[in-house]
Amino acid sequence: MQYMLMFYENEAEVAAQRDTAERAGPYWDAWNAYMGALYPSGIVLRGDALLPNTMATTVRLEGGKRLVQDGPVAATKEQLAGYVVIEVPDLDTALSWAARSPSSTYGATEVRPVLDLSNQG
Amino acid sequence: MDSNPKEHGRRAAENAARTSYGRLLAYLARAWRDVVAAEDALAEAFAKALDVWPKQGVPHNPDAWLMVAARNRLRDGARARKTREHMARSLSVLMPTEGEELPIIADKRLELMFVCGHPAIDPAARTPLMLQTVLGLTAERIASSFLVSPDTMGRRLSRAKARIKDTGIAFEVPSEDQLGERVGNVLEAIYAAYGQGWDSTGSDDQTRKGLTEEAIWLARVLLDLQPADAEALGLLALMLFCESRSAARRAGGRYVPLAEQDTALWDMQMAREAEETLRTAGGLRQPGRFQLEAAIQSVLVQSRMTGADRRLQAWTLHGLLAQTAPTIGNLVGLAAATAEVHGPEAGLHELAQLPEAATIDYQPFWALTAQLLQQLGTDRQATERAFQRAIGLTEDGAVRAYLIGKSMQQAV
Repeated sequence: MQYMLMFYENEAEVAAQRDTAERAGPYWDAWNAYMGALYPSGIVLRGDALLPNTMATTVRLEGGKRLVQDGPVAATKEQLAGYVVIEVPDLDTALSWAARSPSSTYGATEVRPVLDLSNQG
Repeated sequence: MDSNPKEHGRRAAENAARTSYGRLLAYLARAWRDVVAAEDALAEAFAKALDVWPKQGVPHNPDAWLMVAARNRLRDGARARKTREHMARSLSVLMPTEGEELPIIADKRLELMFVCGHPAIDPAARTPLMLQTVLGLTAERIASSFLVSPDTMGRRLSRAKARIKDTGIAFEVPSEDQLGERVGNVLEAIYAAYGQGWDSTGSDDQTRKGLTEEAIWLARVLLDLQPADAEALGLLALMLFCESRSAARRAGGRYVPLAEQDTALWDMQMAREAEETLRTAGGLRQPGRFQLEAAIQSVLVQSRMTGADRRLQAWTLHGLLAQTAPTIGNLVGLAAATAEVHGPEAGLHELAQLPEAATIDYQPFWALTAQLLQQLGTDRQATERAFQRAIGLTEDGAVRAYLIGKSMQQAV
């Protein structure tokens, strides 16, 4: 089964964790180590880190009219900061990887099954 | 914590409710041979109590009142289903006639525990089932502790209960020839509950705390009803030893490894109870893995309290434990004890013998490897790699921060 792990971070809290070089170190160390454990286990299919939601632009068409807004779709406290798609036997395994993510400590990690088109026909 | 009278009162009330719930459910489920029906009936009885007691006052014997209410509910349900033979058989066991003394509710929690740990029940469902039926925990709470979705846990529990009903698992204490193995299952299930709590002890997530207490409670229930079981005593001692150190495992949110813990924060009363329990177990002359684990804990406490060198003793016990139960956790524990006695190289040599499939995602393996490589100080790259793995595999923010700090020490 393929699952997308979506890493949600509380941007205010992350900013506080990265406000000095001293504190930014452990923040990045934690992520590097997590990715460093995730990738060698051979389960990652793809993944990216995203720039902060202040860099986001949201587009809608309302009644044929373009509506372009600065910022993310929903202005929630926790924002999508990155994702990986992993191939693992079951949800339990996906959840145990989600629990290890630094984002689970100070944000949240959402686990979603990926739609498998090869099984649809 | 117990010095706070309010907290103490809350716990006393919680424990009383827990005892009532478990006893009532065990009694009803046994008589009815249907855990789900018993749970539903009991839930309705509790709801009725919340409605009636504030108006009419708490009855003289609350448990008996609840039991009669639940039993009436079960009887109505059975009538509705017109399962007459079933009813006749079950009710003859249950029913006191009107006007008779309220029944004394026999404690059938031991039987219920054996049902939960029955070989016909999926091993992954045994601990959750026990936590739900004997202690009345919700599926949501159990699911979070076991890191599965509440949906999945709900289904797992339903399947297990259906199996109890459909396969007619007997609510009995097993016969002598099966007793050992069956008690073993029950103890494993209790220890699994403790392990879930232990992993999350000191984490910021309050909802995941506290299964350690529940596990200790279950062991006490078991021993109340089965006092001369050496391994059950061993398990209780083991859990009490670990629990006695819980306040010392964190200092201001930071993780504190055992060797650096402030022993003044250890709960010595609890440690003494553990010691006595272990001694009682030893007197029964039925050795086993839980007693060995508790003995290791005992050695640990002694060496920290007296400053005496007990490394050899610990190593011997770890060796016996790894022979009795060669789990990955015990083998890594043995390697750590070996390193204490024979140096980091010997420990690393043992770690290298372990199968990669078992170690690749096993955090304690990488944490120990990193620590021993760091002590040895010969391969900086390998040390860093091992630290990376250990940091990346932990769920615990405090442990993560601690290991990041440790890994820096060599970089300087």
